[in-house]
Amino acid sequence: MNQWAFVIAAYAVTLAGTAIVSVVSWRAMRGAEKRADQVSDRT
Amino acid sequence: MHRFANPARFLKIARPLTGWLFWPGLLLLLAGSACGLFVTPADYLQGQTVRILYIHVPAAWLGMGGWSGIAIAALMQLVWKHPLAAVAGRAIAAPGALFTAICLMTGSIWGRPTWGTWWEWDGRMTSMLVLFFLYLGYIALGNASARQAQQGGVSNVTAIFGLVGAINIPIINRSVVWWNSLHQGPSITLRGSSIDGSLLWPLGLTLLGFTLLFGAIVLMRMRAILAQNKVEARMQRLARG
Repeated sequence: MNQWAFVIAAYAVTLAGTAIVSVVSWRAMRGAEKRADQVSDRT
Repeated sequence: MHRFANPARFLKIARPLTGWLFWPGLLLLLAGSACGLFVTPADYLQGQTVRILYIHVPAAWLGMGGWSGIAIAALMQLVWKHPLAAVAGRAIAAPGALFTAICLMTGSIWGRPTWGTWWEWDGRMTSMLVLFFLYLGYIALGNASARQAQQGGVSNVTAIFGLVGAINIPIINRSVVWWNSLHQGPSITLRGSSIDGSLLWPLGLTLLGFTLLFGAIVLMRMRAILAQNKVEARMQRLARG
């Protein structure tokens, strides 16, 4: 198999994993902080 | 260190720091990856597959560094009762497990054209796989004992597990010296590097980039846990009237 196929597969796995954990963590943070602000406003 | 035990004080620093770590981290890792893919020459023995170095080494560094962070946080939780240490331990676990998995997968992909096999049960690969299972155990134990934990962190039992699991870190590091392995020996030490400078320089960019990004992800997860704590505390207060 072409050596570039292995290189591309390795970079795809890494960049996809890093992107997913970054987006999931950012969304969790934004959601939780939004809920915390809403509760603060209500009280 | 107890100056930052107050979540409000911690958040005052963590909020701007998240962006300061994330964007330069992303820029550095993209620049380092691009240079590693398109600028550096191919290796005279490994050919193009040497380019996997620029992502495999940072992933291994973060997998091992993440557990070291868990062990330090566990020590701070158990000895100094630092309230944010338990939150930090919990925040590190998932990205640490992910980068350990990435290290295993990129190593396996690199091994096929280099060694002729996807996997070998030697010291380095097996101890890295053990680290991945330790992460899964830590996450599962942290979730299972969440009721005993305070302020959204991990319980003391989970912290002890994190501390004991740190024994695997020097084993991973020395595995290529102690046992015969397909994996190469230590190529970057305090005395220098056996990798030629023309191939090595983008590794500095990706190492720093991934490390900054990891720091930003941990801060995001800590902020999410602290905000969730705030919501739960308010809801309990409201329920009590």
